Amino acid sequence: MIDILFGPLKEIWEFPAFFAEVVIGGLLSGVMYSLVALGFVLIFKASGVFNFAQGAMVLCAALTFVGFEELGAPIWLALILTLGVMLLMALAIERLVLRPLVNQAPIILFMATIGVTFFIDGLFQTIWGSDVKRLDVGIPKDPIEFAGVQVNSFDIVAALIAGALVGGLAFFFQSTRIGRALRAVADDHQAAQSVGIPLQTIWVIVWAVAGLVALVAGIMWGSKLGVQFSLALIALKALPVLILGGFTSIPGAIVGGLIIGMGEKVAEVYWAPGIGGGIEDWFAYILALVFLMFRPQGLFGEKIIERV
Amino acid sequence: MLYRESGQFKSDYAADQAIFPIRQDRIGMAAILFAAFVVVPLIADHYFLSTILIPFLIFALAAIGLNILTGYCGQLSLGTGGFMACGAFAAYKFATAFPELNIVLVFLLSGGVAAAVGVVFGVPSLRIKGFYLAVATLAAQFFLIWLFTKLPWFTNYSSSGVISAPPRSVFGFYVTGIEATAEAKYIFCLTLVAVLALVAKNLVRGRIGRAWMAIRDMDIAAEIIGIRPLRTKLLAFAVSSFYCGVAGALWAFIYTSSVEALAFDINRSFQILFMIIIGGLGSILGSFLGAAFIVLLPIFLNVVPTALGVPLSTATIAHFEYMIFGALIVFFLIVEPHGLARLWQLAKEKLRLWPFPH
Repeated sequence: MIDILFGPLKEIWEFPAFFAEVVIGGLLSGVMYSLVALGFVLIFKASGVFNFAQGAMVLCAALTFVGFEELGAPIWLALILTLGVMLLMALAIERLVLRPLVNQAPIILFMATIGVTFFIDGLFQTIWGSDVKRLDVGIPKDPIEFAGVQVNSFDIVAALIAGALVGGLAFFFQSTRIGRALRAVADDHQAAQSVGIPLQTIWVIVWAVAGLVALVAGIMWGSKLGVQFSLALIALKALPVLILGGFTSIPGAIVGGLIIGMGEKVAEVYWAPGIGGGIEDWFAYILALVFLMFRPQGLFGEKIIERV
Repeated sequence: MLYRESGQFKSDYAADQAIFPIRQDRIGMAAILFAAFVVVPLIADHYFLSTILIPFLIFALAAIGLNILTGYCGQLSLGTGGFMACGAFAAYKFATAFPELNIVLVFLLSGGVAAAVGVVFGVPSLRIKGFYLAVATLAAQFFLIWLFTKLPWFTNYSSSGVISAPPRSVFGFYVTGIEATAEAKYIFCLTLVAVLALVAKNLVRGRIGRAWMAIRDMDIAAEIIGIRPLRTKLLAFAVSSFYCGVAGALWAFIYTSSVEALAFDINRSFQILFMIIIGGLGSILGSFLGAAFIVLLPIFLNVVPTALGVPLSTATIAHFEYMIFGALIVFFLIVEPHGLARLWQLAKEKLRLWPFPH
């Protein structure tokens, strides 16, 4: 027992270079989780909806992108067309699901997004088929040596893209007119509405932006794993990232993803062989759970103030 | 005109606190029970009993369990499948380790084990609330399923990781194993579910249930009026997991007879969450209605295209099923967010006035 728990620590001490490699690999794969978690945070901030459909949106963005590519569209056209589809989806969701459910309890909205998940999973697989599709947008996948540590160049590119995306979103939120409106809505629906911000337009925009994030995540995950149904399930992996970082914080999603990615990789490499392997299924959740015991609102979440 | 409580006077407290205060309700309930216990086994065939009614009863029991936790105590949980698996594997270990133990006792004990596990995973609920808690309960779901898949001790070192129910009998009738008839299984399930549902109904309308609801509506206020959040929440987790555990044991022993841990994966948890949302949060009747809806819907979706003569490939049917399912859930939430139980309540209100408009 003691050996299983503390043996790996000795190993880390003896081979620090390998440990560094594991940590960096974990951090980079954490970036991929962050990409999915980001979509959740955007929608939760702006509309208070816990959007379970984010994973399905990742899947259908990737499916649509690959579908258009297979029909012969060049990458830029496929991108634009897919963005158009995501915008249409945002419009449809706002009009058909969110608007009739305005002012319902959060759990009802959460359930509705599960319904949406089922619907778009079925719809997009009916349209594009359910085979595993290869997606290649020309990102190199060779391992490169970096200060004595081996890293996959694909992961580096993914991290750069995620960084650019977060930078872009931060700019959009901080400095544009729409971004300020979005933040106002996130702060207080009623107050935002009373100063003349159209809630429904804002929701469409937020869902469309979440669709854009889903598209980026879908392309990255799709070129890593192939476009297939299991992409919808990575949404579940984004959940512990989310609660670790806090539902309402974009930096939280990034840092949460990094912590989860790193913790998972380290545990998988060092501790999993001792207790039977395959612990990546639950390790992230237990990590997040233990974490929440000390900070119930997550790392960067807004402090929960309760009044009677 | 028939459904009206006028003229029914209560002269003591016992009558006032009766579980069904209106005579028509009592008659209706008796009729339903009579039909379920006597008429159905006489007329239903094997297929109907073992693929529709038995899963319906088991799902209803699990839904009652989740409804106690989520609907009454307000603690959103996505770990139902994990607790069901707990019950199933505990029942298997009890049944194989103590072959002479009565099967009813085995089920109750396995429910107890699930309850203990539920309490452990319920501890974070004191600090974490809402969706944070929901995600935290996913830890239970994934961890428990992993545990039952990875540790061969739970399956008595079976190479396939599948547990098979040993044959056991109650009053001389086999209720598990291959010799058990569908009728015996059905009656056994029905009895257990009916008794547990009655217990649940009485729990939620008594002091304990009121404490749960107070915690659900506002836990700080509840604490101030003297309800202990620790005990109340953990009790809700324990009772809920007990029901889910018994449901899991019934699932493994009576419905499928042999089962692997993956039968209780995250999709099972969502399925049961759907049941209580569609049936009605905070309603025992709703648990039954929701379970019936979810069990019948896929069968309906399978039968209708075939009956209409529309040729569809299996993959397309599967995708269509997803779509219709998702659309129906959204539709139901929009039309009646309080579920089928609320619709039934409205229908009763209408019945009391019928045939007059006011």
